Amino acid sequence: MEMPVPSAAVLSKKARIVARLQEVLPEGAVIHEAQETRAYECDALTAYKCPPLAAVLPASTDEVSAVLRICHDEGVPVVPRGSGTSLAGGALPTADSVILGVARLNAVLETDYDNRVIRVQSGRTNLSVTGAVEEQDFFYAPDPSSQLACAIAGNIAMNSGGAHCLKYGVTTNNLLGVTMVTMAGEVVEIGGAHLDAGGLDLLGLICGSEGQLGVVTEATLRILRKPEGARPVLMGYRSAEAAGACVADIIKAGVLPVAIEYMDRLCIEVTDKFSGAGYPDCEALLIVEVEGSEAEIDEQLGVILQIARNHDPVELREAKDADEAARIWLGRKSAFGAVGRINDYMCLDGTIPVSALPHVLKRIGEMSEEYGLAVGNVFHAGDGNMHPLILFDANKPGDLETCEAMGAEILKLCVEVGGCLTGEHGVGIEKRDLMHDQFSGDDLEAQMRVKDVFDPAWLLNPAKVFPLAASAERRDFAA
Amino acid sequence: MLAPNDETDLAEAVAGAAGPLRVVGGGTRPIGKPVAGEVLSVAGLSGISLYEPGALTLVARAGTPVAEVEAALAAEGQRLAFEPMEHRGLLGTSGEPTIGGVVAANVSGPRRVQAGACRDFLLGVRFVDGRGTVLKNGGRVMKNVTGYDLVKLMAGSYGTLGVLSEVSFKVLPAPAAVAVLLIEGLDDGQAVRAMAAALGSPFEVTGAAHTPKGVDGAPVTMIRIEGFESQVRYRASALADVLAEFGEIAIETDPERTRAGWAWVRDVEPFHVLPGDVWRLSVKPSDGPEVAARAEADGLLYDWGGGLVWVLVPEGTDLRARLGAFEGHATLVRASEATRATLPAFQPEPAPLAAIAAGLREKFDPRGILNPGLMG
Repeated sequence: MEMPVPSAAVLSKKARIVARLQEVLPEGAVIHEAQETRAYECDALTAYKCPPLAAVLPASTDEVSAVLRICHDEGVPVVPRGSGTSLAGGALPTADSVILGVARLNAVLETDYDNRVIRVQSGRTNLSVTGAVEEQDFFYAPDPSSQLACAIAGNIAMNSGGAHCLKYGVTTNNLLGVTMVTMAGEVVEIGGAHLDAGGLDLLGLICGSEGQLGVVTEATLRILRKPEGARPVLMGYRSAEAAGACVADIIKAGVLPVAIEYMDRLCIEVTDKFSGAGYPDCEALLIVEVEGSEAEIDEQLGVILQIARNHDPVELREAKDADEAARIWLGRKSAFGAVGRINDYMCLDGTIPVSALPHVLKRIGEMSEEYGLAVGNVFHAGDGNMHPLILFDANKPGDLETCEAMGAEILKLCVEVGGCLTGEHGVGIEKRDLMHDQFSGDDLEAQMRVKDVFDPAWLLNPAKVFPLAASAERRDFAA
Repeated sequence: MLAPNDETDLAEAVAGAAGPLRVVGGGTRPIGKPVAGEVLSVAGLSGISLYEPGALTLVARAGTPVAEVEAALAAEGQRLAFEPMEHRGLLGTSGEPTIGGVVAANVSGPRRVQAGACRDFLLGVRFVDGRGTVLKNGGRVMKNVTGYDLVKLMAGSYGTLGVLSEVSFKVLPAPAAVAVLLIEGLDDGQAVRAMAAALGSPFEVTGAAHTPKGVDGAPVTMIRIEGFESQVRYRASALADVLAEFGEIAIETDPERTRAGWAWVRDVEPFHVLPGDVWRLSVKPSDGPEVAARAEADGLLYDWGGGLVWVLVPEGTDLRARLGAFEGHATLVRASEATRATLPAFQPEPAPLAAIAAGLREKFDPRGILNPGLMG
């Protein structure tokens, strides 16, 4: 993975930059010793590592502003970092960059049940937002798999989704306002506890901009009352086609489950061995969850199970109590961890139209043969967001490169059938160089012009999202 | 008038424009500062280009009539969940509302409070920028974080950043049954508290509106539940228990009466025949009554649990001067051309945000020819 050559001018003035940062931050909030900056050398895309020039951990919007002013003034690239769980390399530093970590910004500022909003600092973890309102039976809906660790700041940067977004939407649909600091250090307030923008929808633009337009320090989030109950049902099928047809029929029938999850044979076997979930022996497994009161759930599942039977299932298993529900989800929720125990893997994130599912799965199977790498498929079937897991051996020379080449081919296939490169993980560095497959040069130029407005010097997370060659002129000019 | 029939013609028309363009779809929503310029009609770019009910996805050219989209969806038991408002009655316009117009003005309705706004269901756009370049963003899949989200930016940009040529939506199943809980006689503050209790319940309220003056003169608060039949029955009764402290509750389940009732709210029908300017306030719901009281209004209508307040005031009133500072924004929706030429239709923004907005306009439309000045 190519990254820009670090600026010699910035590297040579490290001592001055560190001293200036130390002037505006408390002791211990500026990390600059070589053995300590290594903690920030990568995020969850661990194949690529580079320690930053320094890392800072501000604890207030004012401190973030002070840091950005200094970096802006000194021409130092800044890489914002939530909890470092990005699978796309969104928080990968360069040697001449300052990592701006929001971990110390973790307070709840206000909970407001009457208006169904919560105001938090952006370093707060996703799950702890729900934790803060749970006693009143409320929750924050977006639920990425990494929700125990990932920060709201990162969720906003990547517009994160989760298993339940078929019903509740992704981050952008649940974000009402932000306090954001621009690269020049200016603090701006966008949105609030009211709905929709009074002018251009800048909130919608910032969400999913991968930390390239500003650093979000506070967020107003929509919270919802918890449903009375939820129950999953497990369905096993002999083929991907049968499972895919079942998904389409459920959606067409007018019942909208909160989640429809899919796993193929490889994932079923691996996760079952790892978690003891007791999954059936079959080619394709669906977990469908519905919400409501007991009677409402019975009625919805009645419709869903009837549809499921029409597609000749190997097994249908309805959870009879909370324990059985947990067992159904256990394997799915531990899928990435389970696969990680048996092998190195790369997790892709393309989205496809649901109707293209059988075709895409067949093509992925063929590519697996061609490249000689096994692939497991686990994904959100209701919205077409796939997560093919390509297994490779990091210790075998050339295997990572083969895996990346195969991953690129799968993502190009997603675009070809009318989908996109990334559904919820973001572009980062991982998909940066595939952007030309989805967008024309004009499309990319229009997006880069947006960054020109927010960050004319291209200092915020500059080497991400856009193909390096496409952004070179802007980054070089800025340097 | 420029009236292209496809995207290529549209791009040529914009590229070749010698001066300002006034972009229109069906011309039914003349909101914002009047634009002097040659009319560019997108109505010729019409037709649904893709509809996959099993994928909950619909793609249509920008000039497609909203009625055509809604009819196609209804035939499959689906709908646009954000319930777009129809402006003809309120604004006294004629013509055929287009789906591109809905997107350009980010038009939503009562269900916005639960399901989301037009922008939340918009999956992708194709548009022509001020240079005449055809651009696309987003696509036709429900989850997509590939590159910046210009889809949201285009929604509600009133044709000032680009001229929409095609839009794609996530659509949802239309539920089989509906029930509306009606409480009479609440003052605005009590009504907002009742609506907050309803919206904070687990029963997925899809509409919460209040009129201080219903059709027979008394205040009415309306709470909507939608779903399958037994579900709606159960939820309406459970919700009536939650709201019992607010007064006597009537439950209406007649499909035609409930539809008409919510169309009355959605389209702000009580103000159709009354003279005066109409403003639209978006506020924190619990602030609604207090902010509205400052308006000294001739008429009020609350939607979104109090978060959306429609305000009727005498012609030419500078409502923002009456309101003073508040959290949210005020948009002038109905007024004479003369008033719209003098009072900013859109809430003036703090300097840093105004600078960002101006910067974006300059990038998308460097010649300043697309609906110049419309948004202020």
